[in-house]
Amino acid sequence: MRLRNDGPWGLCSSRQFLWRSSLGQVLYFMESFDPAELPELLKLYYRRLFPYAQYYRWLNYGGVIKNYFQHREFSFTLKDDIYIRYQSFNNQSDLEKEMQKMNPYKIDIGAVYSHRPNQHNTVKLGAFQAQEKELVFDIDMTDYDDVRRCCSSADICSKCWTLMTMAMHIIDRALKEDFGFKHRLWVYSGRRGVHCWVCDESVRKLSSAVRSGIVEYLSLVKNMKNDKCGPWLEWEIMLQYCFPRLDINVSKGINHLLKSPFSVHPKTGRISVPIDLLKVDQFDPFTVPTISSLCRELDVISINEKEREENEADAKPRTRDYKKTSLAPYVKVFEHFLENLDKSRKGELLKKSDLQKEF
Amino acid sequence: MEFSGRLRKKLRLACDQKNACYPHSLQFYLQPPSENISLIEFENLAIDRVKLLKAVENLGVSYVKGTEQYQNKLEAEIRKLKFSYRENLEDEYEPRRRDHISHFILRLAYCQSEDLRRWFIQQEMDLLRFRFNILPKDKIQNFLKDSHLHFEAISDEEKTLREQEIIASSPSLNGVKWESESVYKIPFADALDLFRGRRVYLEDGFAYVPLKDIVAIILNEFRANLSKALALTARSLPTVQSDERLQPLLNHLSHSYTGQDYSTQRNAGKISLDQIDSLSTKSFPPCMRQLHKALRDNHHLRHGGRMQYGLFLKGIGLTLEQALQFWKQEFIKGKMDPDKFDKGYSYNIRHSFGKEGKRTDYTPFSCMKIILTNPPSQGDYHGCPFRHSDPELLKQKLQAFKISPTGISQILDLVKGTHYQVACQKYFEMTHNVDDCGFSLNHPNQFFLESQRLLTGGKDIKKESSQPETPQPKPSVQKTRDAASALASLNSSLETELEGLEDYFSN
Repeated sequence: MRLRNDGPWGLCSSRQFLWRSSLGQVLYFMESFDPAELPELLKLYYRRLFPYAQYYRWLNYGGVIKNYFQHREFSFTLKDDIYIRYQSFNNQSDLEKEMQKMNPYKIDIGAVYSHRPNQHNTVKLGAFQAQEKELVFDIDMTDYDDVRRCCSSADICSKCWTLMTMAMHIIDRALKEDFGFKHRLWVYSGRRGVHCWVCDESVRKLSSAVRSGIVEYLSLVKNMKNDKCGPWLEWEIMLQYCFPRLDINVSKGINHLLKSPFSVHPKTGRISVPIDLLKVDQFDPFTVPTISSLCRELDVISINEKEREENEADAKPRTRDYKKTSLAPYVKVFEHFLENLDKSRKGELLKKSDLQKEF
Repeated sequence: MEFSGRLRKKLRLACDQKNACYPHSLQFYLQPPSENISLIEFENLAIDRVKLLKAVENLGVSYVKGTEQYQNKLEAEIRKLKFSYRENLEDEYEPRRRDHISHFILRLAYCQSEDLRRWFIQQEMDLLRFRFNILPKDKIQNFLKDSHLHFEAISDEEKTLREQEIIASSPSLNGVKWESESVYKIPFADALDLFRGRRVYLEDGFAYVPLKDIVAIILNEFRANLSKALALTARSLPTVQSDERLQPLLNHLSHSYTGQDYSTQRNAGKISLDQIDSLSTKSFPPCMRQLHKALRDNHHLRHGGRMQYGLFLKGIGLTLEQALQFWKQEFIKGKMDPDKFDKGYSYNIRHSFGKEGKRTDYTPFSCMKIILTNPPSQGDYHGCPFRHSDPELLKQKLQAFKISPTGISQILDLVKGTHYQVACQKYFEMTHNVDDCGFSLNHPNQFFLESQRLLTGGKDIKKESSQPETPQPKPSVQKTRDAASALASLNSSLETELEGLEDYFSN
């Protein structure tokens, strides 16, 4: 599925593309996103598309630690930029209800605290502490503004996106081979960058100092020196241009809040989707579904389903809605990531029970 | 003969058992001691270790750590105080035992405040670093194993496999023979300082650390453990402090002056009043020099100044009669009525000589006491100029004393690092034109004695032939220790100090 990229990225740009529906019908869609429609779109998204089961499966981490999910902080940005912190939920159904009720424009994930964040005011002063969190990285295209000439600030194009692809390659290799991190989830931020969530059990417990140390290890800070000569000049220029640029503040704080996977970017409408590491070179941010395109797909599905129900005698089991949309492949990537987490967890439990000689 | 053979075996077994308790010349103090000891030994061990840690501190600011000079001097101090430091020496059980027990006693005293903890941890770390650095290579692995540190040296095969990468990543391996260097595999998070600066090879979550870098990591681990231990100790402190025998010692150990008290009238009558002006510029420490000048300028000193200076003068040899004359002469110049002086001030002077009231012969203030208690306010001239003067003002004073600019900046650096007594030592070195003052300053009268010794070549000072007839009862002003227990240690410390002085002065 090749797309034509003409014109710069921006708000409300319209694009045409082909989509093959489940009935083999070829339909044209005008992919346009209007932020004013968000309240309605989000309502639909949170009711029928957001993958709550997988999301809960992730943050619950197998239920091995008591109250791990219940002590997790979420923050919501509501309509009109109302920001509320210290949201926490009892279980998947509670999360679902609240999200559908509040219809957040933005969702951020914070740390796992010592107590339920939504009760933090009742806790004795100083006792409410952030305890664990995934190690996160945020690579933002604006940090490359000094070396890209095609775009600037919030704009991106396929040319400068290569910088992002390179950064993902370099950082992921280092995280995997140098640090031995196994569970790395890369997520498109929805506009101009990517996030990485490292979810290994030991990593979630790392101190702020070690997190800072990891960012320092991964960073090459260099002054722009154009007057350098010598055999390394070409290599240095390459490094200066292409080496990943990380924001240390995002990674070092255990209580730092970062945009949640599968949340919506309020300015572009793009969903923050997981990126398949095996196909990272082919990842194209311009093909990421927007909330409006997804909702339109849902409309089509409803129409088609009604038709089908009228035509068929036996009622097939209802499949989850997102599976019928272009969100499906991204949820699959997420599920693959979750399966690996589960496998690791089982392996750890087996090891522990072997040590304790339990049966 | 069978009998003697068995006896010999028994003795050897007992010796082996002892050595098994302390297999190394250094340790991480993971297990507290469990034997019973006498109160006297408890105190003595504590005092000795305080002396050792103070020496560690002093040497650490006077010499670059790790240099031969530093190591030799530190080794001498440790040996003098009979603590352990080196393997392969005979009869190491007792010094190691002393080291073990004294460390844990000091934990009780030094866990009580953030500052005390920081100081204690710093000196213990420096001491450990020194001991580790002189460990022979073949003993290191055993020591690490026995200390339950998860640092394993990797096999030669593993080393060869990663030779290129490890050498390329570890700047500490520059110029070191690869074959002889051990490499340790540790979890990356334990090598934070190394990997954040990309100075170590990382693979699959492990850091491959050469021996040189392991020391820094071990010290960090030691610091973290000791810090936690001190926090825990502080929590159980109330129980310990409720023991009346221990409470006074623990409360004052960190503030105690553990040297000579300069109260004996050894030099009584050897100073004449007309010498004082010249002595003040030649042999007085800056605190007393400034007090003397203030007295001469203003013909008056407030109470704090009178106490600090008056007792110092007693310590250098002024008799009661001389003191009365000295103060009266000066105060009268300030238009004070002689009768008023007799009524108000002379009583106090006699009191400080132990001739009034409960007849305690007050001892001159140590540096510790001057630095820590009774800070001066506006219009006061007592205290320690290095501690209590604003740096700009101190600079001016030093310039007035004709100290060279380099000397002044060295002194100011030491003051910034809160090393007030070492700064005063530096002042001594500058004013007496020596590279090394040769002593560890902790008392103004010590400054005076050392200065006099230097200037007169030790000839004029009489050899001390006898010990004091009765030890002076502890003055309540000093507040250093409880009377009963202090008596014993005062005796012993005085004895050892006097012994040293005897050798000192006999030339």
